Amino acid sequence: MASAQETALSAERQDIRNRWLLSAPALIIILLAAIGPLFIVLIYSFLAAGPYGDVEWKFSTDGWISVFLQRDIFDDTLSFADAHLAIFWRSVKLSIGTTLLTIVFGFPTAYFIATRPERTREMWLFLITIPFWTNLLIRTFAILQIIRNEGIINTLLIKAGFINQPIQILFTDTAIMIGMVYVYLPLMVLPLYASMEKLDFRLVEAGYDLYASRFAVLRRIIFPLVKPGVIAGSILVFIPSLGAYVTPSLLGGGKNMMLGNLIELQFGQGRNWPLGSAISITLMAIVMIALLAYVRNAGSSEVRHG
Amino acid sequence: MAKRRFDLKALPGFTTIAVICFVALYLPIIILVAYAFNAATSTSEWGGFSLKWFASAWNNDQVIDATIRSFQIAVLAATFATIAATMAALATTRTKAYRGLTFKYAFINQPLMVPEIVTAVALLIFFSRIKVWTGYAGLGYLIGAHTAFCIPFAYLPIRARLESMDLTLERAAADLYATPFKAFRRVTLPLLWPGILAGFMLAFVISLDDVVITNFVKLGGQDTLPTYMLGQIRRGITPEINAISTAFLLLSILIVTLFFFASRKRD
Repeated sequence: MASAQETALSAERQDIRNRWLLSAPALIIILLAAIGPLFIVLIYSFLAAGPYGDVEWKFSTDGWISVFLQRDIFDDTLSFADAHLAIFWRSVKLSIGTTLLTIVFGFPTAYFIATRPERTREMWLFLITIPFWTNLLIRTFAILQIIRNEGIINTLLIKAGFINQPIQILFTDTAIMIGMVYVYLPLMVLPLYASMEKLDFRLVEAGYDLYASRFAVLRRIIFPLVKPGVIAGSILVFIPSLGAYVTPSLLGGGKNMMLGNLIELQFGQGRNWPLGSAISITLMAIVMIALLAYVRNAGSSEVRHG
Repeated sequence: MAKRRFDLKALPGFTTIAVICFVALYLPIIILVAYAFNAATSTSEWGGFSLKWFASAWNNDQVIDATIRSFQIAVLAATFATIAATMAALATTRTKAYRGLTFKYAFINQPLMVPEIVTAVALLIFFSRIKVWTGYAGLGYLIGAHTAFCIPFAYLPIRARLESMDLTLERAAADLYATPFKAFRRVTLPLLWPGILAGFMLAFVISLDDVVITNFVKLGGQDTLPTYMLGQIRRGITPEINAISTAFLLLSILIVTLFFFASRKRD
């Protein structure tokens, strides 16, 4: 009897060992080419900058100090690094703006798809999926071509006589936001659709039976039910927006930088790898906080509904 | 059923916004494609229909070179990622929770959670060290980086497929004295194949599309098609980029369509 139990136990142990062996390649690749290097970034953020880029191997907190502060060249006093603060603020502002706008446009779109007859629903969903899997660079380029001064919008407006001078959209914050809303909209629509698909319209009917207005039904019944989808979509849009690199660098130009471009600058012309590392860690920390908040929120809402 | 006078599902303005969204999603891409067929050198006016920009892209050695490199990396990275993800999926599904299972999930999905730019500079630092130590300057860095961030994408459909699979067939194979390897090869693998294929295609597209990580990891003369395009767009726009984009789009749509039908067959 005892030996049978022992055999079962050792079989289970064997099974778990096999499972570790099986997952080893994936874990090792991700450790080497994704997670491990992040620790090097953390270490680099506490080293001194080398004169021609890279680092010198001595401990220094200059990288972290210069994330938000700058040292005066003459009297060595510290003051706020306005340029960096402006970039942090722009990144947060544009990412929140992008998230809100994708909700405004994505919510009705997802609702539209979810309320189509089953036969055509898949086609509408497919139409959202295609841009999702289309190269982000190409989609950003498509927007760039439309909004630039010689682009189709300005050309048409001038030809129609509405304006004499092209409107400068490209290389502004507005341009970055238009681009980000455009490229990240599918990331909002897809999770929204997933939660709307399960929507029980008997509840909506009950609302109307009780003389609720359309707006009241939307606000009091539909929105609370699809809230998990809204939150999931917001996370999916907010995180890549905050770390966006391609879209702001093409549409924002050199002046309207976001965090991604600031990081690139420190590893390129800025030649301040410790500062670039410190900003990278900060960016990652903000993302992790957003993710943790989401996980906790999702966990508690599950408890409430379950 | 009688004609419903009151449409339960209708919400004012929603259809209008949805239609605007669909138009707004596709119109820029349609304009981009249209300008690829523009005979004029400038992209702001229409000079008649022409295929000359496709010809010019085709005859541009840098474009061909970058395209070949993109495919090399995507094929290898997607293959490695799919193999690793399949093994990981087999190790993390159809079991009761064991120590380290959550850890594995978090680990495998980690590349999805860290901003790409952060991973990009991390790899830049790490690989530049390795390059100094070993002197190796080949495509291996890009292939390794791509494999890592492709793994979660390959993992998702494979795991989904595994979880929806029937265990009884494998038990039957075991009852009929099939060795575990034989049962895997003859029963599990054929059933899992659509998931593996879907995972491979996702990984392939993700690798092919990558700009940020590639742009930081690539060494001199290692441009892929997206990084080449990024460089060209920054330098100034010619319709040749529209032509390359059009070809690229066509390929992506083809793969996504294949993926869509491959994953639909499941039922």
